[in-house]
Amino acid sequence: MERIMTKNEMVRVLKRLTAEIMEDTSGGKNICLIGIRSMGVHLAEMLKNEIRKSEKKAPPVGILDVSLYRDDFSRRLPRRIKETVIDFDIEGKDVVLVDDVIWTGRTIRAALDELIDFGRPNRVWLCVLIDRGGRELPVQPDFIGKKIEAEKNQWIEVKIEKGKAEVFLTTEGRK
Amino acid sequence: MRFERKDLLGLENLTADEINLILETAVSMKELFTRSVKKVPTLRGKTVVILFYEPSTRTRVSFELAAKRLSADTVNISSSSSSVAKGESIIDTVKTIEALGADFIVIRHPSSGAPHLISNRISSSIINAGDGMHEHPTQALLDLFSIKEKKGRIAGLKVGIVGDISHSRVARSNIWGLKKLGAEVFLIGPPTLIPRDAETLGVKVYYRLEKIIKKLDVINILRIQRERQKDQLLPSMEEYNSIFGVSLSRLEKARNDLVIMHPGPMNRGIEVTSPVADSKNAIINEQVKNGVAVRMAVLYLLAGGKNENIA
Repeated sequence: MERIMTKNEMVRVLKRLTAEIMEDTSGGKNICLIGIRSMGVHLAEMLKNEIRKSEKKAPPVGILDVSLYRDDFSRRLPRRIKETVIDFDIEGKDVVLVDDVIWTGRTIRAALDELIDFGRPNRVWLCVLIDRGGRELPVQPDFIGKKIEAEKNQWIEVKIEKGKAEVFLTTEGRK
Repeated sequence: MRFERKDLLGLENLTADEINLILETAVSMKELFTRSVKKVPTLRGKTVVILFYEPSTRTRVSFELAAKRLSADTVNISSSSSSVAKGESIIDTVKTIEALGADFIVIRHPSSGAPHLISNRISSSIINAGDGMHEHPTQALLDLFSIKEKKGRIAGLKVGIVGDISHSRVARSNIWGLKKLGAEVFLIGPPTLIPRDAETLGVKVYYRLEKIIKKLDVINILRIQRERQKDQLLPSMEEYNSIFGVSLSRLEKARNDLVIMHPGPMNRGIEVTSPVADSKNAIINEQVKNGVAVRMAVLYLLAGGKNENIA
């Protein structure tokens, strides 16, 4: 297990991502953040706090659970699903989707399908902490924390809990 | 926790963990009801055949809506308008339905054990929607869900089931489910309608509602099944009502927050009076709504593939 991002690095990365998002969305006037379960939710909250610090105003944050929209549903045992919580109107908004790792792009495909069922956003951006390559769909993030080339049998684990925030690269597969 | 079953035949053989997984999944399904687009693509391309050998409105419609909200195709077959009326055996009927491409068969049958009889003969998932006097698992699951939603827990609650226990598959499934999740179960009704060995299920039996009502957190009032009362187990409907009918006066000593449930359809004026059925403590319509969420959860959990190692 190799650590590829420390807490300090993650804090710096989130500051830079915040600056990039603010620059591209004219100061975040019309944005909302939507975190994809599960780690994207923590990252969306952290981004919100950074935005509040720099802009004195925090965007609304929603949570998306894409389990019901996945295309590999019938190939694997069902995951424990949790609620999707978007208690604001996304119609006409600049939505920033937030996830921890982008790999095949299939999660984002599912997230876009689900998001559209809630309304028609003005624009959807994608922000990820780690881009590990290996795309199977034509989906590319707009804001990237860190790019790495990971092998197929490797797993990226983002740990954010109780003051800890780190990213690991493992070859043990998923827990 | 993974759900690895092919069929849902009853609650007797489910573990507490499996029941809890279904209830938790149903919470997410219920969240869909609040969206403007209430349909998700999860079961697109799957076929759910609803095969009923007994009349039913709510259970059939509930399964159909659950399947449709998950984007499955549904086909309804009732025994009176199918080859069943020509004398086809149940096994031949379900084999035909399987050959036509059903991924799920939701079956209701007057004989106890009918879903079990067919489950290991075909590869489609079988969901028991009520078999004779045996089990009605999805009704019990929606009852558990409704209690948990209202009370925040199941463990430690005192739940009374009133009425014709002997003939009730709803009661049997409820008893198994409630006991597994740690509730205390009380059966209340006339001796002729409570099985003599009921206490071996770990429940307490009372022949008068008055003796236990003040302790109950939840009361589940069963329908008096007039179609199953040919053996003169009750002198008359009026007499049943006068002793066991749940009325406001009979609830006088009950807790203020007593939760009142009924699986429907109600015989108002027999097992329950209108003021009770329409009181603020009654969650009878919420039970109906929860039924769709719970059935979606069951379809979802049974539909998953078996391969764990795909990212």
